[in-house]
Amino acid sequence: MKELDPIQKRLLEEVAGLHKVPVGAYNIRANGESAGRVSTANIEIVPKEDGAGIDIHIKPKTKNESVHIPVVLTKTGLREVVYNDFYIGEDADVVIVAGCGIDNCGNQDSEHDGIHRFYLEKNARVKYVEKHFGSGEGKGKRILNPGTEVYMKEGSTMEMEMVQIKGVDNTNRITTAELDKDAKLLVRERLMTHGDQNALSTYVVKLNGDGSKADVVSRSVAKDNSYQKFNAKLVGNAACSGHTECDSIIMDNGNILAVPGLEANNTNAALVHEAAIGKIAGDQIIKLMTLGLTESEAEEQIINGFLK
Amino acid sequence: MLEVKNLSFVVNADGVEKQIIKNVSFTIEKEKLVCITGPNGGGKSTLARLIAGIEKPTSGKIILNGVDITDKTITERAKLGIGFAFQQPVRFKGLQVFDLIKLAKGDDINVAKACEYLSAVGLCARDYIDREVNNSLSGGELKRIEIATLLAKGSILSIFDEPEAGIDLWSFQNLIQVFKNMRSNIKDSSILIISHQERILNIADELIVIRDGEIVELGKRDTVLPKLIGASAPVNACSKLV
Repeated sequence: MKELDPIQKRLLEEVAGLHKVPVGAYNIRANGESAGRVSTANIEIVPKEDGAGIDIHIKPKTKNESVHIPVVLTKTGLREVVYNDFYIGEDADVVIVAGCGIDNCGNQDSEHDGIHRFYLEKNARVKYVEKHFGSGEGKGKRILNPGTEVYMKEGSTMEMEMVQIKGVDNTNRITTAELDKDAKLLVRERLMTHGDQNALSTYVVKLNGDGSKADVVSRSVAKDNSYQKFNAKLVGNAACSGHTECDSIIMDNGNILAVPGLEANNTNAALVHEAAIGKIAGDQIIKLMTLGLTESEAEEQIINGFLK
Repeated sequence: MLEVKNLSFVVNADGVEKQIIKNVSFTIEKEKLVCITGPNGGGKSTLARLIAGIEKPTSGKIILNGVDITDKTITERAKLGIGFAFQQPVRFKGLQVFDLIKLAKGDDINVAKACEYLSAVGLCARDYIDREVNNSLSGGELKRIEIATLLAKGSILSIFDEPEAGIDLWSFQNLIQVFKNMRSNIKDSSILIISHQERILNIADELIVIRDGEIVELGKRDTVLPKLIGASAPVNACSKLV
């Protein structure tokens, strides 16, 4: 593996919790190039011919293995679009850790648009963790536009944890999923924006098979002058059940637009949405102050807990 | 320990001034368990909130161990040793029971230590330590967790605002035991409980009865309690009905 510089190492730790070379299969991309790639007996990582991404093939019945595919950007002005395709075999059960960290110290915008496509075969199970992080003092913006497409065959399960807590100036996240019979999708999104940041998150989940289930939950905090839009649409085309929830804390001059959407095309589709936006409850702050925390410490603890 | 001197609290509701606390004075001595009781709407909870700093008095003084805390913030009072258990405990999305106990204790305690506080309030620690302090907990569970946070905090003056409110009969039995245990470990501290429950009043050293914002009885439990129990009602019957 190529030696990473200290900033790249710090980003890697933020987005993938990695201090060293991960166990199992991995592909680390740094400043638009591969910095290290390892396949295992069951998980094969193949670069696409045009160089713009990788294909990850996970053999049927692969159990308890993981794939790490983090991306770090430290070069100002670098813009890239990367396509990563995951093929997950029948009855496989794996953890996939992605994530992107950008450190932009320059004055030009840095942008990484990662398009991830997941093809889950029958009864495959995936836990997908994606963290986004930005740092650097430059005037150039840190932009991340992740696109995620999930195609789920009968009985497959996908659990997605998407976290963006700090430092990303602009995000336009689009996630789509199509679920066959008895497939199950769980999404937990955690988002915090601050400064003049802008974050859009759109979900379109099509429940096409009987017995399919989706649960899309977003918790977010908008501070300073930041703006967020959460747009989650569930489409029930079968005897399915779906739930979407957007729970947000708004602070300072923050601005949040929640647009929950439900579309039922089958009388046996049971779809529910919930959305709540509000400031931190005053009695929560008072309670923590009676334990000896200052007002700002109390706010910090409440937000940390909310986004945990 | 705690001296409350000529404390008054006036609120302005729609241009009309209403005096909630009227020139109240009393002292809580060290190593005493004092209960404040009296009819609903009499000002008991307001008085407790004034002592904790959640409300600011219109006039008067509050002195804790010789230090005037009247103008101190909630945080400063907490650091000086005042603990406050809410009548209706606050719920938090995301914060876990362990987080809350850790914050109360003020240092990085381990799970085993946190579990001791939960066990002390009759909760099976293993079942609760990772639970979120949110709507999934019942009123009684929250109440016990609230008391556990106060045990963890370890205050000079622990104030409980109607700890029995929202607690079922079975839990109430445990609650009395919790207070009895606190009473026997009271060394160098004091406890103030706002309560309507005779069985809680029964374990107090002293009682204060508040009605319409004024102290109407104050003294040792053995002197005050018989008057309350003997009376037909702690409040005058509605004159229109008599």
